[in-house]
Amino acid sequence: MVSKRIIPCLDVRNGRVVKGVNFEGIKDMADPVEMARYYNESGADELVFYDITASFEGRRLFTDVLKAVASEIFIPLTVGGGINSLEDFDRVLKFGADKVSVNSGAISNPALISDAAKRYGSQCVVLSMDVKRVGGEYHVFAKGGREDTGLEAVAWAKCGEELGAGEIVLNSIDTDGVRGGFDMPMLRAIGEVVSLPLIASGGAGKPEDFSELFTYDRIDAGLAAGIFHTKQVQIRDLKRYLKDCGVNVRTEGIYD
Amino acid sequence: MIAVVDYGVGNLFSLSSSLKFLGLDCVVTNRKEDLLAADKIILPGVGAFGDAIRKLNETGLTDTVKEQAKLKPLLGICLGMQLLFDKSLEFGEHEGLGLIPGVVAPLSDDINPQLKIPHMGWNRLEIKKDDPIFKYFKSGEFVYYVHSFYAKDCTESVLAVSYYDVAVPGLVRKGKVYGAQFHPEKSGDAGLRLLKAFAEI
Repeated sequence: MVSKRIIPCLDVRNGRVVKGVNFEGIKDMADPVEMARYYNESGADELVFYDITASFEGRRLFTDVLKAVASEIFIPLTVGGGINSLEDFDRVLKFGADKVSVNSGAISNPALISDAAKRYGSQCVVLSMDVKRVGGEYHVFAKGGREDTGLEAVAWAKCGEELGAGEIVLNSIDTDGVRGGFDMPMLRAIGEVVSLPLIASGGAGKPEDFSELFTYDRIDAGLAAGIFHTKQVQIRDLKRYLKDCGVNVRTEGIYD
Repeated sequence: MIAVVDYGVGNLFSLSSSLKFLGLDCVVTNRKEDLLAADKIILPGVGAFGDAIRKLNETGLTDTVKEQAKLKPLLGICLGMQLLFDKSLEFGEHEGLGLIPGVVAPLSDDINPQLKIPHMGWNRLEIKKDDPIFKYFKSGEFVYYVHSFYAKDCTESVLAVSYYDVAVPGLVRKGKVYGAQFHPEKSGDAGLRLLKAFAEI
């Protein structure tokens, strides 16, 4: 059977990996290529790169980083950040991305999902959702978590599935960077109605958070940034721990 | 020299990067001369079967690929592997290259409906028949899959399988023709070792 995936997420700005808390307070962390190498050797199952630079110059730096990583890291790479058109898909796919994650761009133009799925296949289109509780409902936020779109998250996830997304990343703004565990109620609310592979994000603080996450069988992968970047949790140790807990994770071939 | 057939289907960046990373000489090409001169051929591919076979035909390379497959090792990857079979049932019925007996059919017809489609992610590859391509590979290592259709009625050619309710042929071989349903160029170190062994065949 398919193993549960552990995915480190690298936010890249001006050619460097950075990290914020609750989507704010950005801090410089490391060189992305070195970090990708480290994650590849530690047994990461996939890497996600978010391009959080706004300027043209920043975008150019980002594609250089992507190309450098894709030239020597041979696990799936997902790229997100500022993807608003099929031209944006082309730009990152040409430099080694395997999947492209859409967020605000798909909210303002849902046809981006179906157009991209038609051109590149559903497996290439990842719908990323930033979700926050607003008055007893789950709302989808845009613009890096700054803007409440008013969209109800469960309905938007279903819509994304119907439009042809191949995977969904569920990022909880409420638990992001807090390291108190994944947002299980939100993940369950969406997991019950969507049959696409689901990647949980936001809130991982310790190995036990991942074992709790995977007790819910609709979740396929756990994504985190801060705890992996600081080496507070090493993926290698996390996978051994999960294996001992009876979770099916990829270990063979990465410790030789 | 390994020739990677470029027929406008999918992203060849990581495949050519992985061959270069292994120190292998390769050329991404749609020229017949390159396929004739190469000592091995890789046929990649993502997307839909009908579209891919049409694009391959449009390059005018189909007959060359079929002829060269008798003379030198050829590796089809993912959709490139599916093209090697007699036919596919993806959105209608399409004729394949007929290099390996078998048919490509939807996974959804044969597996527990609770399981997600596509079969996507890391799965163990279990060796069923020993082969030089496993020179650096241990049975049970994980490889990376993304696909919704799979090869059937090809028992004789199966070298290794992965279990996703059914036994999904992961690696097949007939004569000099190999096919990998998973992506060796995305399967980390284990995938690189399979590519290295292929290059040494």
